[in-house]
Amino acid sequence: MRIELVKRPERSALFAALSPFIALGLTLIAGAIMFSLLGKNPVEALYYYFIDPLREVWSLHELAVKAAPLILIAVGLSICYLSNNWNIGAEGQFIVGAIVGSILPVMFPDFQSWIVLPLMLLMGIVGGAAYGAIPAYLKVRFNTNEILTSLMLVYVAQLFLDWMVRGPWRNPAGMNFPETRTFSAAATLPEIWSASGRANWGFVFAIVAAIAMWFMLSRTLKGFEVLVLGQSPRAGRFAGFSQSRMVFFAFLVSGGLAGLAGISEVSGAIGQLRPTISPGYGFAAIIVAFLGRLNPLGIIAAGLVLALSYLGGEAAQISIGVSDKVVRAFQGMLLFFVLACDTLILYRIRFVGSSAAKTVEGTQNA
Amino acid sequence: MLEGILLTIATAATPLLIAAVGELVVERSGVLNLGVEGMMVMGAVTGFGVALATGSPWLGVLAAIIVGALFSLLFGFLTLTLVTNQVATGLALTLLGLGLAGMLGESFVGLPGVKMIYIYIPGLTDLPLVGKLFFGQDPLFYVSILLTAGVAYFLFKTRAGLTLRSVGDNHASAHALGIKVIGIRYMAVMFGGACAGLAGAYLSLVYTPQWNENMTAGRGWIALALVVFASWRPWRVLAGAYLFGAVSIGQLHAQALGIGVPSQLLSSLPYLATVVVLVLISRNRRLTMVNTPASLGRPFVPDR
Repeated sequence: MRIELVKRPERSALFAALSPFIALGLTLIAGAIMFSLLGKNPVEALYYYFIDPLREVWSLHELAVKAAPLILIAVGLSICYLSNNWNIGAEGQFIVGAIVGSILPVMFPDFQSWIVLPLMLLMGIVGGAAYGAIPAYLKVRFNTNEILTSLMLVYVAQLFLDWMVRGPWRNPAGMNFPETRTFSAAATLPEIWSASGRANWGFVFAIVAAIAMWFMLSRTLKGFEVLVLGQSPRAGRFAGFSQSRMVFFAFLVSGGLAGLAGISEVSGAIGQLRPTISPGYGFAAIIVAFLGRLNPLGIIAAGLVLALSYLGGEAAQISIGVSDKVVRAFQGMLLFFVLACDTLILYRIRFVGSSAAKTVEGTQNA
Repeated sequence: MLEGILLTIATAATPLLIAAVGELVVERSGVLNLGVEGMMVMGAVTGFGVALATGSPWLGVLAAIIVGALFSLLFGFLTLTLVTNQVATGLALTLLGLGLAGMLGESFVGLPGVKMIYIYIPGLTDLPLVGKLFFGQDPLFYVSILLTAGVAYFLFKTRAGLTLRSVGDNHASAHALGIKVIGIRYMAVMFGGACAGLAGAYLSLVYTPQWNENMTAGRGWIALALVVFASWRPWRVLAGAYLFGAVSIGQLHAQALGIGVPSQLLSSLPYLATVVVLVLISRNRRLTMVNTPASLGRPFVPDR
């Protein structure tokens, strides 16, 4: 028996809508099998992963805290991937955004004014965008593969942050812990509704960014340019669109959004810089982008799903003693299933026995 | 002193070489597998675990090779049979590999590993200067050199190698000639997976016989860069791997000497060097155009 793909006459709208859900379903099944192999009750484990975190209001706030960076980054990545620019260094742009955005609260802690926070956010965006501009420049100017350069810069950014918080930016009153001074109230991103939980304005930024990008992609010429250049660079050139400018546009937007996510996370959720400020948001956001089918509105939902998996990982570790390492395996499986299910949009899958295959070929040739 | 440095350079270069030579074969067949890091870390955790359980590093190596090849089949099935996007699927393989390895290896953290014994040939190994370098290294070092030679011979001196390259350069023509494009690509992908698994086992059985989930530290990605750097030629991969080995060992020695530059900045040198080298190579457009497999990364669906 073998598998044969039959091209559909046109994209299947049904499967375009269904494929993320099929992928989620398959991931849950695979997850259940995995938990059984680990010797846990799969129903109980999945309950702690995906239901329990949704039962309390404070926990929903935590969901928003985790979803905000994922959505912000993934929305930017969707512009990249749609235009065929493979930025996989969002983790680095997130970190650099956080560092540049933290210049004011770390180096000028006495500067306290309403303007501090907007400046920090702006600097975060600029920092992330500038770091994203490096692979873009190298791609445009030297034809260098942006996948590898953007990824290498993640390691550089991580090491640089590590040095900053252990070296020049270490908290002078911090007992030698590798962390910066804690941000003042003026430099802290406020909570949306502090009476009930920790969710901060980062989540609002994420939703606004997603809606803005959705509008840009579906209603403006720039969005059309993104799609055309991504699907057919040749057609794009005939239309007078510049490939090089698109590379910069995609990397600056995604770098800027990743930088905004970085400074929002540090200012809103953490309150200082530490050697590690992200549990792999920049990479998980790649999964979010694909699970959301590169559609900014879909990405909002996908970001919440991945955020839930982080929360569920913490909950399951506490309640049934499953290691939080399981989360990343889960997320990896999810991306695999998402990509596999997307095949259903363009192709019908047919299982044919080896003898039947010949007759099928015969009828098609006739 | 010099001998010691050369030996450590070889140890740093060998895993890069093995993984990159494997990926070179994959890319020569027209497939871009960005999952090297994931396959490598799976190889590392498997090699460590099996060697620990059985006491035999060789069984660990064997298991790592098998797991690497099987893990790459996952990528093969998606990209070759389901024609998914190769870049995204390769990334998925890396993310899944890092996740699974972290999970599988959690109980290994902090355990002393099994170290592979170095070759010792009485007389030859004791030769001054060259003895240890040529006759006293770990067995996998010799495997890596033989692997490079074998791949170079296979690709450019055999008919099967020519077939594989033709699939990578123009899959439509190869298909028209009756060559089984997908079958060949499956085999190439599995070879790449086996090599990445072996490279991972090298890390956890020779380089640092212990397990931690970040132990590949981007080496899979550097291996991918090496293939580009080498413009898809095996012996140039070897040169590149040793160059990178020298950079990473050089920065370690600089850290040990305490030359006043922060250790984190020195540690980022291999990654920065990768970027610089990629820029230097890719700015020469003619060179890259000539050697890049023309069908690299392009999906193939046979028309009937």
